[in-house]
Amino acid sequence: MIRYAKPTTVDEALALLGGGTWRILAGGTDFYPVQGSKPFRDNVLDVNGLTTLRGIAETASHWIVGARTTWTDVIRHPLPPAFDALKQAAREVGSAQIQNVASVAGNLCNASPAADGVPGLLVLDAEVELRSVAATRYLPLSQFVLGNRRTALQPGEMVTAIRVPKPSGTSAFVKLGARRYLVISIAMVAARLVVEDGTVADAAVAVGSCSAVARRLAGVETALRGLAVGAGLVVAVRSAPMVELSPIADVRGSAEYRLDAVREIVARAVLAATETPAGDKVAA
Amino acid sequence: MSMDRADIAFAVNGAAVSVNVPPLRRLSSVLRDELRLTGTKVGCDAGDCGACTVLVDGNPVCACLMPAASAAGTAVTTVEGLANGRLSALQASFLAHGAAQCGICTPALLVAATALLDTKPRPTETEVQDALGGILCRCTGYRKIIAAVMEAGWFGSERSTASAAPHPPAGAFSPYSDGEKGSAPALAPPSPRPLRGEGKGVGQRQLYGLDRDLDRRMPASGHAIGASPVRLDGVPKVTGAEKFGGDSFPADALAVLVVRSPHYHAKFDFGDLDGWAKAHPGIAGVFTAADIPGKNCFGVIGPFADQPALAEGFARLRGEAVALVAGEREAILDLDLSDFPIRWTELPHVLQPRDAQAEGGALIHGNRPDNLLTKGFVERGDPEAALANAAVTASGAIDTSYVEHAYIEPEAGYAYVDGDTLVVVACTQAPYMDRDDTAKVLGLAVNKVRIVPTATGGGFGSKLDVSLQPLIGLVAIKTGRPAALAYTRNESMMSTTKRHPAQMKATIGAASDGYVTGMVFTGDFNTGAYASWGPTVANRVPVHASGPYLTPNYRAEGRAIHTHGPIAGAFRGFGVPQATIMQETLYDELAGKLGMDRLDFRLKNCLRNGSETVTGQLLVSGVGIAECLEALRLHWARATADADTFNSTSIDRKRGVGVACCWYGCGNTSLPNPSTIRVGIAPSGDVILHQGAVDIGQGSNTVITQICADALGLPLEKFQLKSADTAISPDAGKTSASRQTFVTGKAAEKAGRALREKILRFANVSDKASLKLDGAVIVIREGEATRRIDLAALDANADGFVFRAEETYDPPTLPLDAKGQGKPYAVYGYGAQIAELEVDLKLGTVRLIKITAAHDVGKAINPLLAEGQIEGGIAQGIGMALMEEYIPGRTENLHDYLIPTIGDVPPIETILIEVPDPEGPFGAKGLGEHVLIPTAPAILNAIRHATGVLVTKVPATPSRILAAIREKEARA
Repeated sequence: MIRYAKPTTVDEALALLGGGTWRILAGGTDFYPVQGSKPFRDNVLDVNGLTTLRGIAETASHWIVGARTTWTDVIRHPLPPAFDALKQAAREVGSAQIQNVASVAGNLCNASPAADGVPGLLVLDAEVELRSVAATRYLPLSQFVLGNRRTALQPGEMVTAIRVPKPSGTSAFVKLGARRYLVISIAMVAARLVVEDGTVADAAVAVGSCSAVARRLAGVETALRGLAVGAGLVVAVRSAPMVELSPIADVRGSAEYRLDAVREIVARAVLAATETPAGDKVAA
Repeated sequence: MSMDRADIAFAVNGAAVSVNVPPLRRLSSVLRDELRLTGTKVGCDAGDCGACTVLVDGNPVCACLMPAASAAGTAVTTVEGLANGRLSALQASFLAHGAAQCGICTPALLVAATALLDTKPRPTETEVQDALGGILCRCTGYRKIIAAVMEAGWFGSERSTASAAPHPPAGAFSPYSDGEKGSAPALAPPSPRPLRGEGKGVGQRQLYGLDRDLDRRMPASGHAIGASPVRLDGVPKVTGAEKFGGDSFPADALAVLVVRSPHYHAKFDFGDLDGWAKAHPGIAGVFTAADIPGKNCFGVIGPFADQPALAEGFARLRGEAVALVAGEREAILDLDLSDFPIRWTELPHVLQPRDAQAEGGALIHGNRPDNLLTKGFVERGDPEAALANAAVTASGAIDTSYVEHAYIEPEAGYAYVDGDTLVVVACTQAPYMDRDDTAKVLGLAVNKVRIVPTATGGGFGSKLDVSLQPLIGLVAIKTGRPAALAYTRNESMMSTTKRHPAQMKATIGAASDGYVTGMVFTGDFNTGAYASWGPTVANRVPVHASGPYLTPNYRAEGRAIHTHGPIAGAFRGFGVPQATIMQETLYDELAGKLGMDRLDFRLKNCLRNGSETVTGQLLVSGVGIAECLEALRLHWARATADADTFNSTSIDRKRGVGVACCWYGCGNTSLPNPSTIRVGIAPSGDVILHQGAVDIGQGSNTVITQICADALGLPLEKFQLKSADTAISPDAGKTSASRQTFVTGKAAEKAGRALREKILRFANVSDKASLKLDGAVIVIREGEATRRIDLAALDANADGFVFRAEETYDPPTLPLDAKGQGKPYAVYGYGAQIAELEVDLKLGTVRLIKITAAHDVGKAINPLLAEGQIEGGIAQGIGMALMEEYIPGRTENLHDYLIPTIGDVPPIETILIEVPDPEGPFGAKGLGEHVLIPTAPAILNAIRHATGVLVTKVPATPSRILAAIREKEARA
């Protein structure tokens, strides 16, 4: 017999994880497609009973997104404008049916190069909270997702939260796909800009689907800092280095196309981020 | 290795339920298999199609992605819970708008839209699209779905009377081209609606008055044609009661798994199958080609039949079936095939026609040299001389891709043995062909196989070929138990047919006065591993590659070439959509070289009454292409002006407008193609119509009945349908080749008239008399005289009829000679479409703005259904033009293989043109395939208009469009 467990406390879950090999089931939106029609042969730890892991909380220094928080939860929760890119990305995760159950942490753990949630979290300098019976550790998101379908998750560990240091600025997300809904991106960009007195004080730009793991674009960020808001930002993007990107050719587009198009959507995301009205909160 | 079961309690549609299942069982399976709520459909098991959408505590989710454990304690709403003693406003709105065609995606759309309407009673178009973006529909083109949701409020329970229905059917407003039609499509006065579930066939579920508030818009006697009643088979499609291929499996049926080739080309040997079966509890048997009692070779075209039901020793394509495993359902669910005793030896394979035809290449079928399946040829006049003397010529090459039908219902059905007869209950487009091929493979007489078609959740050509019928039939015969099988999305995509990829070249020439003088065309069509409908494609393409234009000098060759790729077969248009891309893009180039307006150039050259086609067929009358183009003229002027205005101020985005035409012969090409219709009057006073033209969503259940009703002279509401079950209804042929409205419709017209004559003769009155059914009495009036026939007083025959007629119609065609000259079709239909779009020059993305479609249907028997065909065909044309590319081994799912979503189909304006055909029933022509043909070339022409570049490989993905733009920039 294979085992199935649905613990109701995190401690109970961690104890189970420490005592064997388990496959974790959260929203199920990657779990079931991977399973297909094959029979189950793994022990499955169902984390849907961990109610404390669902929801978004605010501390003095951070926003804490529980691991089981759904994309719909993110969309509906009032958050500062710096989260707009993440909210826009949330609306592009599959369909409303997917967003209603799929978890933020699951999107990270699945480690797809085309994970819609990653760029928006990268520009927020998000970190991942990993817990085991023995310890709790925090990894920057960029050090958590290691490659295509590879993460830094150790045996006995699970993601319990995503922590976002209280961010400033405004942000936007642009997804490029071959159809309107239910589409895996050809390329996608999240951009967060902090504008002070009409000048870019800080910039964070991340690109997904153009490398094995979504990447921040340091060269673009450097090029944007100190520039006046306006068309000059686009000019800067056009010539900025994007050495982090190493796109592949697949059914969705050629490598050349991705490099060409991504520069354009970076520019658009940067412009859109500066056009977002800055306020303390945006409505959900 | 299974998992412990658990008791899981939740509420479904307000009722408490408890099931004992493994906690990871998908909720979709729990609903369908445990609770028998089969209104929730399974299309992909991966969240890609949304067909399984249900509400959990009010929120839409994909039931295929939710573990049963997560349902515990929740309230689940399925489609079966939407009607509360009467249809919901939304359900009624779906029927009134014609928003359900095949109906397979309808439950999910209704459920998701219900959740939207609960929070937003008057949603905007964007809100509707956002709410329904996760549900794929392959039939409708989505526009009627959007309208049905936005206008659902009109159908609220408060509405007072049927006649107050504020949203008349769209069909009533189609701008007809000629004045006399003004009154034809108008609705008959709303008649008091009987409480009986009229129009539904025997064996279909009656709904106990559930639809009592539905205005069925039943036309008065003699006015069925041209009216748009709610489709006669519509109600079960919106309540979830409709039974598709996978919805009625017997509880005791064996489940069947198919072992398939993972390789394009490979030898295989089996190990100890018996030992393996014995080692797995619950397995009833393993079956291979060695178990097949008949001829292990089927195919839709007898002389070309070449496909084994189970491969013998080697497989010719990835996904080919090699063995069957049958067992108890739970055992099969827990069966891991990774230790199945089969040893594969991969062999070299070819996937491209040019490689298949390379010198010394291995033959895929030993009897087909050069891997050439067959070729079709048409020649007329002297094309070389014409091109040499032409003032202008245009030459080009176009490549197209495999296109997957992507119906939302994967193949499904069950088989059982009834006495000495094998019964197969499955989705299909062609019950009699299924019967004959299944009988052949299983070594049975054809009258010992009975095919019972279920509702079919989309077909588009692929469900013409047998798929699982011989497989489940074999298991049923061998085990004596019912055998059930529903293909997974993956195996449906791997193993069933595709649209042929084409590699085409053509040159067209015109004189300086703008008349086309000659054309040459060659097309290689990758027909894959088996023949299927490859010969039909090879023959149809040369006949149609001229487009609906007078082309006095012409040569066209279409070749079907085998590879180890997916089997290419029938798909809406049989190769003509591909060939039309070639021809219509060259027409734009010619118009440019001549300095002529692109629409005027087409109008100048289009076929007219009295023209001869490229096969030398004289078209005496009924040629409506000029009327289609004329109807588009104002739209063309407006659209091109709009684009010019936009482009004058836009730099990074440019708009374009394109036009393209189609013609298409209805029915088989120069081959017999009969349909038989039986209709009778029962002692009860019901008119029983054996409607054998399988309705796969296009509407034949309604259209054929409308034709028969007016031919007979009795009202539509008196009709009851009997289905295309081969044991009870005569053969009305396959649902293919746009033939049902024309061929079966003509048989229905003849049968209706024959029945009328019998009644009139019995009553000894003239043809001027009118008929009326008053209970079990036929009331016949002629002038002042009235006669009454008491049906109960007359003897019924063995069929249960008091009066009965059966008529067959076979369209008059003539064979094509060696040069392809002859009369391949008795009837053609015509159409023209304008595409307006915007290209993002920096990204290569296309945003469609509007499609305007003018189609000559001869006579719109049911304008609302005709519009539905047009919108649905356009959506498939959009997919073919912009996103659909099936790559074996890579896109065998619905997230890598993209079809249009509800956000990808722009507003569509339909213009129904009625130039009556002298042969068609009441002047009607076929429409189903025509509608897809102009869309892709119109889009490619519009992209070129916007950007100056022609994309020569479809689909024109953003990657390809931007590459073409960059190439042009590099040249400049």
